[in-house]
Parts: sequence; structure tokens; C-alpha cells
Amino acid sequence: MKKWLNFFNTVWLGLSTHKLRSSLTILGVVIGVAAVISLMSVGRGAQASILSNIESMGSDLIIIRPGAFTFGGIRGGTSQTLTMEDAEAIAEQVSNVSLVAPSYSSNLQVVVGSENMNSSITGVTPEYWEVQNLVITSGTFFYEGEYQRGSKVAVIGSNVAETLFGTADPVGQRMRMGGIIATVIGVLESEGGGMPGMSSDDAIYIPLTAMQQAVAQPRTPQGEKVVSTIALTTTDDENWEQTVDDTTALLRDRHRLGPGVDDDFNIMSTQEISEMISSTTETMTLLLGAIAAIALLVGGIGVMNIMLVSVLERTREIGIRKALGARERDIWSQFLIEAALLTFTGGIIGVIIGWGISYIIDSMGVMETLVTLDIVILAVSVSIGIGLFFGFYPAWNASRLNPIEALRSE
Amino acid sequence: MIRLQDITKVYPMGKRELTVLKGININIKQGELVAIMGPSGSGKTTMLNLLGCLDAPTSGKYYLEDREVSHLSSGELARIRGQKIGFIFQTFNLLSRLTALANVELGMTYTGGVDRQRALEALAKVGLSERVKHRPIELSGGEQQRVAIARAIVKNPSLFLADEPTGQLDSKSGEEVISILTNLHAEQGITLVVVTHDANIASHCQRIIHLKDGEIVTEES
Repeated sequence: MKKWLNFFNTVWLGLSTHKLRSSLTILGVVIGVAAVISLMSVGRGAQASILSNIESMGSDLIIIRPGAFTFGGIRGGTSQTLTMEDAEAIAEQVSNVSLVAPSYSSNLQVVVGSENMNSSITGVTPEYWEVQNLVITSGTFFYEGEYQRGSKVAVIGSNVAETLFGTADPVGQRMRMGGIIATVIGVLESEGGGMPGMSSDDAIYIPLTAMQQAVAQPRTPQGEKVVSTIALTTTDDENWEQTVDDTTALLRDRHRLGPGVDDDFNIMSTQEISEMISSTTETMTLLLGAIAAIALLVGGIGVMNIMLVSVLERTREIGIRKALGARERDIWSQFLIEAALLTFTGGIIGVIIGWGISYIIDSMGVMETLVTLDIVILAVSVSIGIGLFFGFYPAWNASRLNPIEALRSE
Repeated sequence: MIRLQDITKVYPMGKRELTVLKGININIKQGELVAIMGPSGSGKTTMLNLLGCLDAPTSGKYYLEDREVSHLSSGELARIRGQKIGFIFQTFNLLSRLTALANVELGMTYTGGVDRQRALEALAKVGLSERVKHRPIELSGGEQQRVAIARAIVKNPSLFLADEPTGQLDSKSGEEVISILTNLHAEQGITLVVVTHDANIASHCQRIIHLKDGEIVTEES
């Protein structure tokens, strides 16, 4: 214990003699570590916010859209291949399916008094609420009765309510859209965050039966009514892959697609989407970290530079210590610990500053950020590692000095 | 206590070789006070480096307290320096950023650990009890050399080696240093080998070894 105290006293003396120089060296590491922490926290934050969005859609959701899926998330064409009849067939024939919610969306001009906005109107069946995990804050959803009658009622998202009605209570108000005038009966709870246009906050829902009166819903050559999305939930979270396969097989059969022909629809489960997004955003996080690591590397080179100068400057001291009985190992560890202590201190300060920066970014509302323990541990251990790595050569140099020559130096 | 047998030291100088010591044979007994004198380039300093285990001979054998140390590894030599040798240099070789006390404690850092009480006692022995907290720059040359002597005393070495200990001092400080060393010898019976040009120091020694061109020319007692 006493020996170690002594040892750290020696190291501290080495560092404290040149306070400004030590601080500047530390600064290089501080900037590197702070950059790693704050940039990676941005990546992690983006990942967390996207995943929580998907989570809010329901974790056991399977969504089918028309058109072929091209990798990278771009959907080809505007083909109208999915129909109401497809949805009914899925509900009847695929096992494990609990709810099926077909919907048809169209962009319409919505007019309320003097306010008007272009919005996506979605015609849905009553299953839709449960399938999409939607929650109402005021008023009510529409159910089977309104659906069957084709009632002209609407449930609107929180952004729509704010844009069209301001602070007034939208429930009971009327809005014109396309060929119909609908009465607002419910307002949805805000989901927050999310990608604009994809969140239910920006949506207007009316019964699919009423939708057919508002716009001309296209039909396929076979006379089936086209829908834009079929969403379904499974009764069993574990077997979603089986459900996806069964549904695919059924749709291919119904669409008369022979072997070797590409699907004319794309089917995705939320599990699959979150796995894909997780891996994409993880790559992004690592990329950001790698860019920041360049700053850390530069800091490490700074440490090496200073340690080399320091060894040169203290050649005589090394000679004296050797004459007094210091072994190569004693000299070597003195300089190595000195370097590691520099970068460790830099690492700790860097974590605090990086954390602060990511907190500021988050609280300014620019981006959601998330500092996770693994990032902190990574950054601090990398900074110590850099100290050991870049301190090794100068320390080794110091330990190999010939004591006679070292004593003679100025 | 010290036995040198046929010690030679050869330094490579480019393609040629420079023989600095040519077959040195010396015996030094426990408690002897020995001066090594000789003109520049006679090999005095090289001999002192060998005696202090800072360097190894090219050939020959060096026994220190009956142990052959001529061909030990650098780590073992460091251990011997730490435990058995007390150096006193012409240029003092104190660490300028350390206080007198810390400089003395440095003498114990690599051998068994620092004992503050012993460091204070060593400083008292060289008459610097009042200067414990001073840094070398605040001390006179004589005082600095006394700190260096305290640094050597504190680990109670078997052999003291002094390289021109008064070379950078005025005559008064030089006298003080000499009297401290002779007192140590008288009171504690230390073994001291001192390399010097100074006939005054030599006159205090029991033996004077004259070196010339790497050979012992005369020995007086």
C-alpha cells in the first residue's frame, strides 16, 4: 500500500511539474472522448426513438402493402394489388390471425370553416383501433354499427385537431373532405415523435364504407375493391414467421402468381422491421463513433508526443533514479502510468462533457439522445488503452537509457 | 570486501577499440578509505562506474562482498546499486523539483520503502535539519552536496562511491563535505572510494591509488 502511494506520488510529481502541458495533453483526449460519447448518444437516441415508435404500433403487427419490395425501403410502383377480398380470405383461412384491418388511404383537401389542409384520409374497419394500438383522449371510436351504416364520422389525430380546430374541442364539429361532410367523434392521444406523415397524429380516420362515398375507390379487373394496406395481428407472438409465410402463400395463390414470379405485395412484421432498423441504426452509431474515434486517436498521438518530450527532458532524472537502484521496470511503469493517468483523466472529463453535450442536444429538442453504459465504458477504456498504447514506446525508451550517459546529460 | 581481478574495459570507437582499463587488480577491505587519483583519461571514472555497478567490465572479475557481480543482468545490477551502493556525484544530481527531504527519501524509494524518520535523521547527520523543506535551488552548493550525502547515508550502503565530491565547491564548503565524509568513516566505519584531483581529500585517505592510461602506476598507504 505504502509502496503504491509512493509510486503514485512519483507519477503525480511528473505530471504536476508541467501543469499547463499536462492539461493541454488531457484536452486532446477530452475532446475525443466527448465527441465519441455525444455522437454515439445521438445514434443510440435515434435508434431508441424509432424503436419506441414501432413498439407503439404493436409488437405483433404484420403489415401488407401492394407492390414489390425493393431492398433499402423503397417500394416500387403504385400497383393496386391488395383487395378487401384478400383481407377477408386472410381472416378466414390463415391460422393464428386474430384481427385483420384493411384500410384505404387517399389525400384530400379538408375544410373546416376558413381553415383548410391537405391531409391523408384513411378509411378503416373497426378492427383498426386495436390492431394499431390507438388510444382516444376525447370522444369515442366508431364501431361495427357506424361501419355497417357507412356513417360519416371521423376520428382525428392530435396534430390534425390542433391545426384545424386550435384550442376548441373538435368533437361534434363538422369537416368537409372530398364529396362528404363528416362529424368528428373522437380525438386520438398524441404518439409524439415519429416520422411526419407516418404517425397517427397526422391522420384522419373514417369508416371504410364512408370512404367509398368520399372518393371513388378503385377496383381490380376482377371487380374486387382495392385497399392500400392490410394490417393484421397474430394470436401468438412466437409464430409470426409462420403467419407471414402462410399469408404470403395465400396471397400468391389468390393473385395467381406462378413459381418464380415475384410477389406483387410486400409483407413485413414489426419484429422484422425493428430488427432491420436496429441493425441499421447500430451501424450508424458505430460509424459516428468511428468518426469521433479519429479525434481520440489524434489526442493519443498528442499524448505520445508529450511523453517523448518528457522522457527527453528528464533523461538526467532517469539516470539518477537508475543510480539509486531503479530497475528498468520501475522507470517503465512510471512513464506508462503517467501516460495512462493523463488519458484516464481526459476520459473521465470527456465523459462528463460528452454527457453534458448530449443532454443539451436532447433538451433543446434537436434530437433525442441516449447515453448508455456501454458507450461510457467503451470510451473510458479506449482512452486508457490509448494512454497505454501511445505511452508504451516513450516509456520503453526511458527504461532502456544507459544510466552513465543519462547522468552525464544536461 | 571488494576484489577486482584483471578487470579490463574496452569501448568500441567506430572501427577501432578504446581500451580504458588494462588489467586492474585491487583489493579493498571493509572500512577502508581509498582515493583514486590520476590525470584526465586515466580511467578513473570508468573504474568508479564499474565499482558502482553502473557498467560491466569487458573481462575480469569483480567481487562485491564475496559475490561475483561482473556479469549480472541489468535488473540484478540495479538491485545491487539500490541496496549496496551510495553514490555522491560531483554535480550533486538532486532532483530540482523535490525538497531536500524528498530527495533523501528518493534514496529509499527503490529499496524497501520510504521511512521519513530515517530520512530526517540522515539530514540531521549532515547538519541540514533546518533545510528539510528547501529545494536544491534554495540551497548552496555545499548544502546540496550534503543533501546528496544524506541520500546515500539513508539506505546504509556497504560501499560509498564519491566522484570528485568537492569539484564544484568553494574551499570552505569543500572542507565541510570532507569533514562529513571523514566523520562518517570514523564513526561508522564506512567503506569509501573517492575519485579526486584534490590532494587535500587524498591526504585524508588511508590509501591512494594512482591510475595512468588505464593501469595502476603506484599505490601509497
